[in-house]
Amino acid sequence: MSFDLLVSVCVLYVVTLFVIAFWADKRAEAGQVAWLNSPLIYTLSLSIYCTAWTFYGAVGYAARSGMEFATIYLGPTLVMVGWWVLLKRLVRIGRTQRITSIADLISSRYGKSNLIGVLVTLLAVAGTMPYIALQLQSVTLSFDVFSANPGEGLNETAFVVAMGLAAFTILFGTRNLDVNARHHGVVIAIAVEAVVKLVALLAVGIFVVFILAGGPGPMMDVISASEIAQQSIRPERWTVLIALAAMAFLCLPRMFQVMVVESYDERHLATASWAFPLYLFLMSLFVVPIAAIGLNVLPDDANPDLFVLTVPLTFDRDGLALLAFLGGFSSATSMVIVAALAVSTMVSNHIVMPIWLSRQQGGATVSGDVRSVVITARRVSIAALLALGYLYYVYSGGGGALAAIGLIAFTGMAQVMPAMIGGVFWRGATRYGAAAGLTVGFAVWLWASFLPSFGEDGIIPATVFANGPFGIGFLRPQALFGIEGFDPLVHAVVWSLLLNTFAFCLVSLLTFPTPLERLQGAAFVNVYRYSENSPGWAGSAADAEDLLMMSQRILGGREAQELFVSEASGQGKEGYLPDVTPAFLERLERELAGSVGAATAHAMIMQITGGESVSVEDLMRVADEAQQILEYSSQLEAKSAELGRTALQLREANEKLVALSVQKDAFLSQISHELRTPMASIRSFSEILMQGEGVPDEERQRFSQIIHDEAIRLTRLLDDLLDLSVLENGQVTLNERSVMLNSVIDRAISATDRPGEAMPIHREAQMEAVQLHTDPDRLAQVFINLISNAQKYCDASEPALDVRVGMERGRRFVDFVDNGSVVPADVQNVMFEKFARGTDHRAAGGAGLGLAICREVMKRLGGDVSYIAVEDGNAFRVLLPEARAAVA
Amino acid sequence: MAGPREPTFLARDSYRRRRVSDAARLVPIMGFLLLLLPGFMTVTTEAMLYIFGVWAFLIFVIGLLSRHLADRNVPPEMRASDEASDS
Repeated sequence: MSFDLLVSVCVLYVVTLFVIAFWADKRAEAGQVAWLNSPLIYTLSLSIYCTAWTFYGAVGYAARSGMEFATIYLGPTLVMVGWWVLLKRLVRIGRTQRITSIADLISSRYGKSNLIGVLVTLLAVAGTMPYIALQLQSVTLSFDVFSANPGEGLNETAFVVAMGLAAFTILFGTRNLDVNARHHGVVIAIAVEAVVKLVALLAVGIFVVFILAGGPGPMMDVISASEIAQQSIRPERWTVLIALAAMAFLCLPRMFQVMVVESYDERHLATASWAFPLYLFLMSLFVVPIAAIGLNVLPDDANPDLFVLTVPLTFDRDGLALLAFLGGFSSATSMVIVAALAVSTMVSNHIVMPIWLSRQQGGATVSGDVRSVVITARRVSIAALLALGYLYYVYSGGGGALAAIGLIAFTGMAQVMPAMIGGVFWRGATRYGAAAGLTVGFAVWLWASFLPSFGEDGIIPATVFANGPFGIGFLRPQALFGIEGFDPLVHAVVWSLLLNTFAFCLVSLLTFPTPLERLQGAAFVNVYRYSENSPGWAGSAADAEDLLMMSQRILGGREAQELFVSEASGQGKEGYLPDVTPAFLERLERELAGSVGAATAHAMIMQITGGESVSVEDLMRVADEAQQILEYSSQLEAKSAELGRTALQLREANEKLVALSVQKDAFLSQISHELRTPMASIRSFSEILMQGEGVPDEERQRFSQIIHDEAIRLTRLLDDLLDLSVLENGQVTLNERSVMLNSVIDRAISATDRPGEAMPIHREAQMEAVQLHTDPDRLAQVFINLISNAQKYCDASEPALDVRVGMERGRRFVDFVDNGSVVPADVQNVMFEKFARGTDHRAAGGAGLGLAICREVMKRLGGDVSYIAVEDGNAFRVLLPEARAAVA
Repeated sequence: MAGPREPTFLARDSYRRRRVSDAARLVPIMGFLLLLLPGFMTVTTEAMLYIFGVWAFLIFVIGLLSRHLADRNVPPEMRASDEASDS
């Protein structure tokens, strides 16, 4: 087969891809995207994981190291079958935060810090460079197989391939500014290439197994007899490589691009979780057979990396070889396109845009189209990245085995892993921790893996390999800390990730995150809880017009106006300028982030709204919102219960007041009567005495007696009123001293003793023998009142009074129990109030102040008096003063 | 912070779904453990058959589980919607 034919087939293939991509973009513009967004396309787009390294390199790897090649595909298989744990979370975060790249994810998580974004971007550039070089190398080598003069013009071929790839990527990858708006053309081209490489590898595999070997059984014999059977698996490499491949699968910029950024529907993951491992399974199935046959039939000096091509060629299957070539070509091109796309997005968003923004004098508000800046930055980055890949290819001599180069790139990108996993699962991770981890990991990787990849005396002199820099032994690139005997790869992976993770955790623990970091941390870690509404904060007064001007330059005039109008109508406003609410700023920032990355979008919004406006208070408010709502509702509950109780008390008080006011009315008429009657008799009798002549002596004596009695009654009434007012105002002076209870009762009984109508009083002498410390006069006053009340009101035919002394809850009391009829309930309620008196006025001599005075006196003495209804009478319980009562 | 309160006992359906998602979390761990073993196998062809066997088994298991997991817990805005107008 001629070289020219090969080139023309190749060009034809590329043109076909162009047409398909162009057509898909057109369909998408017309809105017909249903089938472009199927789970199948998503799964196929993931296949950019299988690069030329897989296509050619896996066979070479198997020929050199046996089954070890499978680790590179088993790692991603584990990640995919574990999608429920991690990938789903990442995709959800990617969608809610409008993440544009892995650097954007990390920077966004750590408070939209651009420093972190720059670090990850640098890592991505450094890690992608060898990877692109690897693709150029494999395409170049595969061209060379068909070349008439093998070994000549390799660099020129690589250069042409690099140019072509850059052109394709720029053409289809930078049409849309919004990275989230999916590159339909690119995705569909990748899907087609995925099918081509799978079919090609399967075709070669089937040819080898069923035609050359004669079936699976004989094939196994060939494998057992080949050198591959001599290669036993080394456990430490095996395990480390599986883990490394799993990490790289998540962190490689191109994988993140197709898996998270271009993800259209979270449910596609469910399909991809089994379909993509199946794809990998099929890609790996025939690797060992091809390697075994290649080793068998080809000369010893043949490059095992090219067995996929050279085996069919040896058996003159030109068609099959051509298919295999296209498969390898597809693998290389799709990888380069997506990787360049992903990395250029990072470079423009995290390096070019921040620099451009800071150089603009007027900040983000000046006129001019940012879009052209972003697009240009991306195009230049793509070209530069391919140029770097080409240079790496030229300077690394194009000699290294494909697998070795690929693993270096893997180890580099895996350094992002601790910051990513920590950021997604651990709220305590801080930006300083992430920066420290990334820096340490990056440095160790450069020293132990990247720089040594140029070979001894490539960049690092051989003496440094042997003795360490400046003769420091424990810094030898492949024997750090003086520990020798490790496999160089295991050595680099273990040390870089170990030190990286250690630095990340330690610095995170020691530093304190900014408020925005904590917000973002909560939004990432709890992504399932707050999907789609990460908390907003109060921006200062920003002018909607400024925002619109800026947005137009990034999103484009029509799109920005549509956004503003929809927001304005959502707020219920006319026109196209909405109020600048926190929610609106949040939404706008996210829209902008879809174009220029979170850090840049955040910076631009902040320039207009006037700086960082999220405070710790806001943060607490947001974080505790749920808690506050709970607290608030429980407060409400408590308040309403309290209100209920208060209402009840008010109702009771009101009832009392009503009863009292009725009593008071009755009392007023009573007291006026009480005052009028003595006054009237005093006046009339004194008038008689004044006219005086014909009044006999005994009459005069009687009248004077009446006047005197009435005057005493008036005085007593006024004394009671005065006494009560003194007691209530607390102006009373107590003469406290030790006294026996029985003596006080004795005094009270003798004071109330009314000859003729004696009421039998029963006493318990033993119980009364108690010493008290109180004011005996006042206490006697209370007892007198109670006894005379009983005498006045007891309506029993044979009235009797019991005086009982007892203990209640450690306090002594005296009960005065009579056998009269029970006081009605409505009277019970108010009997201790002033001016209250029983309805039965038959025997009433007082003005209804007695019990009120009793209560006031007892309160002053530190005791109380209360009414207790008993079976067949009434009891007044006098609770004696507390502490002193016990002193017996 | 208190999340939304969830019922203590779930209906049979939701209970089953939760256990399916538990299983989905276990699959990668099980896979990793199973895949550690070839490191100690000496015969290449046997290791090869074992590896591909485990591989096929994992694909089969996650395929079964994913059918049950696919349609739940995905809020509407995360699904394919009217985003066709984006591009």
